[in-house]
Amino acid sequence: MLLVPCPWCGPREEIEFRYGGQAGIAYPSDPDALSDEAWADFLFMRDNPKGAFAERWYHVAGCRRWFEADRDTATHAFLPADHRDGPRR
Amino acid sequence: MTSGRLSHGGAWIDRSKPVGFAFDGTELEGFEGDTLASALLANGVVGGFRSPILGRPRGIYASGVEEPNAYVEITQPWFDPIVAATTVSLIDGLVARSRAGVGRLPSDPDSVTTPRVGHRFVHVEVLVIGGGASGRAAARAASVDGDRVLLVDEHPVVEDPTSSGDVTVLTNATALGVYDDGYTVVLERPGEDVVWHIRAGRVVLATGAIERPIAFAGNDLPGVMLAGAAETYVKRYGVRPGERAAAFATNDLGLGVADVLLEAGVDVVRTVDARSGELVIEAMGRERLERILVRTTDGGEEAFDVDLLTVSGGWNPNLGLWRSIGGGLRYDDERATFVPDGGPPWLSVEGSAAGDVPAGTPLWSVEHGDDAAKFIDLQRDQTVADIAEALGGGLRSVEHVKRATYIGTAVDQGRTSGVLAAEIVSHLLGEAAGAQGPSNARPPYAPASYLVLAGPTRGDLLDPIRTTPMHPWHVGRGAAFENVGQWKRPWFFPREAEPMERAVERECLAVRNAVGAMDASTLGKIEVVGADAPAFLDRMYTNRMSNLPVGSIRYGLMLGLDGMVLDDGVAMRLAEDRYVVTTTTGGAATVLDRFEEWLQTEWPDLRVYCTSVTEQWAVVAINGPRSRDVVSRAGTDVDVSREVFPFMTFRDGHVAGVPARLARVSFSGELAYELHVPAWHGLEVWEAVMAAGEPFGIEPYGTEAMHVLRAEKGYVIVGQDTDGSVTPHDLGMDWIVNLSKGDFVGRRSLRRVDLVRPDRKQLVGLAPADGRTLLPEGAQLVLEDTGEIPMPLAGHVTSSYRSPALGRTFALAMLAGGHAMHGRTVYAPLPEATVPCAVTSSVAYDPEGERRDG
Repeated sequence: MLLVPCPWCGPREEIEFRYGGQAGIAYPSDPDALSDEAWADFLFMRDNPKGAFAERWYHVAGCRRWFEADRDTATHAFLPADHRDGPRR
Repeated sequence: MTSGRLSHGGAWIDRSKPVGFAFDGTELEGFEGDTLASALLANGVVGGFRSPILGRPRGIYASGVEEPNAYVEITQPWFDPIVAATTVSLIDGLVARSRAGVGRLPSDPDSVTTPRVGHRFVHVEVLVIGGGASGRAAARAASVDGDRVLLVDEHPVVEDPTSSGDVTVLTNATALGVYDDGYTVVLERPGEDVVWHIRAGRVVLATGAIERPIAFAGNDLPGVMLAGAAETYVKRYGVRPGERAAAFATNDLGLGVADVLLEAGVDVVRTVDARSGELVIEAMGRERLERILVRTTDGGEEAFDVDLLTVSGGWNPNLGLWRSIGGGLRYDDERATFVPDGGPPWLSVEGSAAGDVPAGTPLWSVEHGDDAAKFIDLQRDQTVADIAEALGGGLRSVEHVKRATYIGTAVDQGRTSGVLAAEIVSHLLGEAAGAQGPSNARPPYAPASYLVLAGPTRGDLLDPIRTTPMHPWHVGRGAAFENVGQWKRPWFFPREAEPMERAVERECLAVRNAVGAMDASTLGKIEVVGADAPAFLDRMYTNRMSNLPVGSIRYGLMLGLDGMVLDDGVAMRLAEDRYVVTTTTGGAATVLDRFEEWLQTEWPDLRVYCTSVTEQWAVVAINGPRSRDVVSRAGTDVDVSREVFPFMTFRDGHVAGVPARLARVSFSGELAYELHVPAWHGLEVWEAVMAAGEPFGIEPYGTEAMHVLRAEKGYVIVGQDTDGSVTPHDLGMDWIVNLSKGDFVGRRSLRRVDLVRPDRKQLVGLAPADGRTLLPEGAQLVLEDTGEIPMPLAGHVTSSYRSPALGRTFALAMLAGGHAMHGRTVYAPLPEATVPCAVTSSVAYDPEGERRDG
């Protein structure tokens, strides 16, 4: 069972969280403008890398806040918040 | 010639405290501190066990959790279907019998005593597993920084780690599994079992090493024993494992046991040092070891009469826990075994588990003799010949051989056989030693019953049970309950000895002809508040909620992003910036989570707050033509007349003297009032309603009658008539989808090619032709009964009931292209008969809606 780093509560047991899948998939500003293919791509297609992966987590049995965290999918280890360049959403 | 207790020695036993126990029906005596195995040896019992598959005689082989032979069932003082005798601490009154590798559960679980089990949760900076010299040193070193250190060891005795810091020692405590981020589960026993859930910043494995046997003919006879085990029995328990012994080993440590045995008065007749080329080529005996055959360096053979042969083929670091959390291995040529190599940063290995084991010559299998008598996995009765057969069949990986032979899959988890099997596979394939690692290891490290793992989380404590404020009334009335999520809901209210079908019929007729009351408190309720609440709800529901007048109610449908129906409910607008929305009983948490997800991750600019108020409001749903009379008679300051209190509006006021919100919503199609009252008034208002309804023949009704009534009206239940693949159009609910109001969740998906196919499954009603058959929910539908299986399937039944109002059975179904098929006949091929059914509108009762205003 992972120890998930909630930015509001600190590290907490994995059972308190819900996994939210890949981070950074923004809702399209104008869904009507998208082709069926583009919409399906948004709806269904996600990356599945071995290694660093930006994920969404929801502290459902805690502070009820969504947050993003980067995790190594091969080792399960959460990566430090500053490991990647650029702003976090 | 036999084993027995020595007159002196035994560091772990207390000779002043005799302990009585029974084994296979014989009363025996041991000492406090004994294991069941050491006490058996002290009583001259070496064998007495059988192998599970071949039924060969077997004896005590090891002294710990690695034991492959000596398995017992314990019946007193508590029940354990199968456990190694080497791991059972002897206690007074213990009753055990031998078991051939497979436990049996009692047919009546209540016929046996089970231990009390508690679960404890602790956090420490450092957890050390194993209380040997390395473990104690690691605990001592870790404690100097002021860290909390927990040291666990599976044995009853651990030497004092002599630390002045914060070190807690748990004995009789076996680590079952080490998981991500230092989470470790430890089982402490005996007596009152405690499962420890430990979260440690750092875990140190000082789990020692396990001696490796050597495969030679007859190596499974009782009297053949691992060298380290023989030494343990002498030193810890003051037990002599035999009278006339030989020692066969590939290393100094294994040969050294000869001195220990000599000192204990055992007649050691021969040491066989494999490094010099000497070999034991066969062990012989009928029920137990009687003689060994030694091949000398000059090729001659010598026979020795012995009742004990100690064996040591070297030492394997004990790395089951290490490997189960992803620790790697590498083969060490000098030590002829696998040592740890690369693992999680918070996990380390110390001492012999880290590879600090004696060097020795590698010897896996003795060439001479019958391969089918050279046992590798004693608990699976698998030999060198069985591995050769698996390889002969074309297998090339030790993982495949494991699955073909089951080597390493028995209760002992292959602790003595794993490395041996891997090396014999490599050897037979002509590969270098260590070319293939041993097969993988997984938790639990030692057997643990579900009873222990479940602990107190059983029965009523398995899952939270949620009840409404009116629950005691329902219980008093003899309601049958059903579980809806975690809620207990009245299913129906049988009168004395009344079968369910009769009770439901009576409850339905009361609602249709007079009045009934239902506890609807379990409905999910979410208060949605803020200046942007109207805009937010417009984006969450398929229809418009922003133009709902204050004081009005609107039904709403919620979709997933994929366009599929997710939940439904009603929205009540309390003020310009305040709504209460209801959800299905089971969907409340999902909907609230969905709201939060969109508000937090996509629309943080919206000023909206969501609060669950499910448990703050009790709800009494009064349905039926006399419901207005009931509300009036219960006493209210709200004008409930038809003219001023229209359908789909609500009024705040009082009922039966308590503050109440009266809502004109109906899930039965009849005139209906929902009373929403503060939860602490729920029971009082319920009782007032039942009393007020008495002259009108009010009946309490449960979820089953509610289901029948709503199905008669064609009202779907999300999650029963829908399954996550159903669109509003499929349900015939285009009327609630407002495509012109702007974007809402799921809107774009409704245009996807697959979602506009005309042959999608669509909601219809079904009328079985005979009017009597109750179609099973889930029954498949075909357009034509070809009599040949398989037939092309056209749909399935989602809801099916007897309708007292219609005087016949009916069903709701999802049928391919069903909207265009009203009037046609489809068939439900059931095992007993094929049932023709007319396809109808989904609304079977009062299609004009004439009854809702009374």
